[in-house]
Amino acid sequence: MKITKAAQAGASESSDILIMVMPNEEGGIKLELDSKGVILKQFGKQIEKVIREKIEEMGVQDIVVKAKDKGALDYTIRARVQAAIERAI
Amino acid sequence: MKNALGREIPEYIEGYGVVRPFMGAFANYGMRERASVRLRSVKPGEQKLLATIDEALDKVGIKDGMTVSFHHHLRNGDYVLNLVMAAIAKRGIKDIHVAATGIFPIHEPLVEYIKQGIVTGISVNYISPGPVAKAITKGLLKNPAVMMSHGGRPRAIESGDLHIDVAFIASPEADAYGNINGVGGKAACGTLSYIIADSIYADKVVAVTDSLAPYPACPIDITQDFVDYVVVVDSIGDPGGIVSGTTKVTSDPVGLRIAKTAAQVIDATGYIKNELSFQTGAGGTSLAVAAEVRKIMKAKGVVGSFGAGGVTGYIVDMLNDGLFRNIFDVQCFDLKAVASYRDNPRHQAMSGSLYGNPHDKGAIVNNLDVMILGATEIDLDFNVNVVTGSDGTIMGASGGHNDTAAGAKLAMVVTNLTKGRLPVVKDKVTTVTTPGETIDVLVTERGIAVNPRRQDLLEKLKETDLPVKSIEELKEISEKMTGKPEPIEFTEKIVAVVEYRDGTVIDVVRQPK
Repeated sequence: MKITKAAQAGASESSDILIMVMPNEEGGIKLELDSKGVILKQFGKQIEKVIREKIEEMGVQDIVVKAKDKGALDYTIRARVQAAIERAI
Repeated sequence: MKNALGREIPEYIEGYGVVRPFMGAFANYGMRERASVRLRSVKPGEQKLLATIDEALDKVGIKDGMTVSFHHHLRNGDYVLNLVMAAIAKRGIKDIHVAATGIFPIHEPLVEYIKQGIVTGISVNYISPGPVAKAITKGLLKNPAVMMSHGGRPRAIESGDLHIDVAFIASPEADAYGNINGVGGKAACGTLSYIIADSIYADKVVAVTDSLAPYPACPIDITQDFVDYVVVVDSIGDPGGIVSGTTKVTSDPVGLRIAKTAAQVIDATGYIKNELSFQTGAGGTSLAVAAEVRKIMKAKGVVGSFGAGGVTGYIVDMLNDGLFRNIFDVQCFDLKAVASYRDNPRHQAMSGSLYGNPHDKGAIVNNLDVMILGATEIDLDFNVNVVTGSDGTIMGASGGHNDTAAGAKLAMVVTNLTKGRLPVVKDKVTTVTTPGETIDVLVTERGIAVNPRRQDLLEKLKETDLPVKSIEELKEISEKMTGKPEPIEFTEKIVAVVEYRDGTVIDVVRQPK
């Protein structure tokens, strides 16, 4: 699947995550994750894994993802990633 | 060595001294002695009124290595600590130990003094997240900070463990001969409870006021026989800053649900009856519990004996509604509490020692039926952490947490099971503030766990349809939602020593990597 434009989903609210996606001209998946240190230290890898798995599951190859996390749980992250990608198709 | 909770603690800590390991919450009672006091007696005709803080520093003979103390009843509106420390710093004095009952973001200038070696030690019983807490976490302070409880601090002072050279008392109203009250003046903050031990045991006591009253400054909280000097400054603080931090009832539906369940637990275990004594912290969920308990008390026509604590307008409303006969107040959390303390003789102050000192002849926490507590983390042994976040950053201190937990018949922790992504129930808490043997029940939005030591409570709750689970089950539920956190790594450097209320070391805070 190819995304054609920039889009976002989610919010910068507590327990949510703001996902911004856009096409990646250079190809591949580029992921930037921002969250509080206390979360990054303990769950940073897990959050990245969940985002990458969702992207792969949707069959997107070339994408830039900027994620601003505010303590979202995995299912919220998956939903936000999916919504952002569907808006960007 | 390991203390009674299995926490690894050195026998000697540089900058702290020999460690007395925690032996158990009730292992350390019996015969006690109080420290003797050195004072300079005042002859008839002598004056106490001084023009400036500088003059006071001359009079008290401030010098390198001294311990100076402050109270935090003005909370994030306090100017006195900064005024005094700025005057001390200007003199090039080094190696000061700041024994403040509480430290707030407004006290940020301390960070610079820490960096310059002007301040090398800090003892606190309350600290809110902010620049000073960060500086301590980073290990900038030369000696480890000492975290005490509200009852543990006066215990330390009275026993001589903590010697105060000079107490600088932010005084909302004072007269020229040293009588102080907390209810008059421009920055009325209510009770002055946390500094009472300092006023009695410090070598020198300086009242710092912005409202000089004609003699005598009644109704007096601290009397002239304990006060050496009086200094008048432009402003001791901003009373608007008293209402800072966590002093509002939550509007979060999860918090409200927890509160409702908590009140049902208190009711089902038989505590909501005439003569009930009750205390909550000032956290949003804790205050919501008070609101729920109030409803049940009203419906049942119950009259409680006293409400206690850091007092908010909500507890004052319960007093005025006739739901409690009295209030014991160690700290006014808002201006409604200040007004009530001023106007209502049934709203009585208690000193920090009377509130929670384990080594006096019986603190008021011993008379508490129900205590509602918060937690940053709680572990499978019911040990509670309110000192550090799960990444090891210093976020707070005991306050009255471990004092009230030890004293109350029903010590209940109310908390969301997860805070954002962070699980609250852990195998082991990052830092122990309050030992699990003093915690009876944990109430979350997804279930209630009863400490297995309290089979009596468990039996009563099993007869209800309340969602009773084991704490292990609650941990599983929360980890299913959040995933398993990766462990945080720490260096060997000890940045803070956590004293239990009896002065033994219950844990240490190591610097996170």
